[in-house]
Amino acid sequence: MSTPFYVSPQQAMADRAEYARKGIARGRSLVVLQYADGIVFVGENPSRALHKFSEIYDRIGFAAAGKYNEYENLRIGGVRYADLRGYTYDRDDVTARGLANVYAQTLGTIFSSAGEKPYEVELVVAEVGETPEGDQIYRLPHDGSIVDEHGSVAVGGNAEQISSFLDQRHRDGMSLAEALKLAVQALSRDTNGSEREIPAERLEVAVLDRTRPQKRKFKRIVGRRLARLLEAEGAATEAEGSEEDGPEE
Amino acid sequence: MEANPRSTGRLPAAFLTPGSSSFMDFLAGHQPALLPGNRQLPAQGVIEAPHGTTIVAVTFPGGVVLAGDRRATMGNVIAQRDIEKVFPADEYSAVGIAGTAGLAVEMVKLFQLELEHFEKVEGAQLSLEGKANRLSTMIRSNLGMAMQGLAVVPLFAGYDLDREKGRIFSYDVTGGRSEEHHFAATGSGSIFARGAMKKLFRDDLTEEQATTLVVQALYDAADDDSATGGPDVARRIYPIITVITEDGFRRLTEEESSELSRAVLQRRLEEPDGPKAAVL
Repeated sequence: MSTPFYVSPQQAMADRAEYARKGIARGRSLVVLQYADGIVFVGENPSRALHKFSEIYDRIGFAAAGKYNEYENLRIGGVRYADLRGYTYDRDDVTARGLANVYAQTLGTIFSSAGEKPYEVELVVAEVGETPEGDQIYRLPHDGSIVDEHGSVAVGGNAEQISSFLDQRHRDGMSLAEALKLAVQALSRDTNGSEREIPAERLEVAVLDRTRPQKRKFKRIVGRRLARLLEAEGAATEAEGSEEDGPEE
Repeated sequence: MEANPRSTGRLPAAFLTPGSSSFMDFLAGHQPALLPGNRQLPAQGVIEAPHGTTIVAVTFPGGVVLAGDRRATMGNVIAQRDIEKVFPADEYSAVGIAGTAGLAVEMVKLFQLELEHFEKVEGAQLSLEGKANRLSTMIRSNLGMAMQGLAVVPLFAGYDLDREKGRIFSYDVTGGRSEEHHFAATGSGSIFARGAMKKLFRDDLTEEQATTLVVQALYDAADDDSATGGPDVARRIYPIITVITEDGFRRLTEEESSELSRAVLQRRLEEPDGPKAAVL
């Protein structure tokens, strides 16, 4: 039997991180932004059925970039965690911070255990508060670290570039249409700086809207409403647009 | 899960194992003790606990109305005057419960969660038929307790988005499920409520007429059944009335419910037996 080669822990970790990052970079990036009435998730997704964003619990949403089967697995784990916790204690005891911690531990254990291949995913867990100050957004990279974000966040292959683009332009109290347009603008920029068009039917958009009367604040924005929001020009028409949307919901 | 001292904080394997979209199945595998049906029963004897009484439902073109009185009794004592026995199950359905109040409320909580869990995992809602069947399974798992006097007998109503109409399902203690046409009632006052509805029901009721009809039926149930509570004007406790249509679930506000109840009461001061039907 041959003696195995010695690989230093630093090198082993660097290799695993490299592997995970490459996997994530193959997928498209997505962005999560705060706006006046909540948090909006925007990503390019040609599929109508396989979602990148979804509801975890009343006020908590989930977004993921990377390998579908791996983040879907984590998403369902999160739904089970939240539902079980809400059932044993109370609905108010389910928080984004708790969920983010569990995800961080899970990803971290998988990343550093030699027997498992690291997950090629990057997650965002967001919770909408009663006020914009109460909003929480956590970014969870593949290695199980956890980053508390404010304003805007991007994950996926091209995340750094998109993040810096958003950081310069995002401000507090944007309307949904403004935030959405900024997000699409950020996603349309290629690595080399050139822009391409992303048609509305290739966009997946969802919001955690704190003004919703229901306990469950997550809502997908599709079809006519999405088209209208993307078309809205200037603040005045946006206000009109959102009034029209009222009864439809 | 939180109680495990050796836990690393990582999601347990059961959470990440692909499996069914049912929360109850997940509980049964992961923490079976939390399922109401798995509770240990005393060897014998009957447990006394508050019982909810009358629930009524009636369909109308465009939807269905589900309503319940507010009284819970324990033996001959009124245990609670303002109990809530009608709950939204999800956006397009509601469940009203008669029988042992504590167990029933717990069952509703688990049922709501079951529907929500499915919806989140699958990204789609269960069909109305699927929801009704799921409730059937839950009642069946309670049969052991029902044998000891702790029965739960719900009435399930919802708007069927595929068939575009309101539908009502009634249950027996064994979980036997049957679809009811036009109207239905469950609980101790149900025989009297059903009699009232039989005389008042028509195919072309408006939503407002349907909500008035259920108040009339609950009044008649309270009139003849001591365990059913009528509208309590002095304490301002009125029946809970819910309407489910294409637009989803809506519970009538306190004001709307009190207005309906007061109108019915006013008429009953003149005619204690309520509206008359022609003999032929």
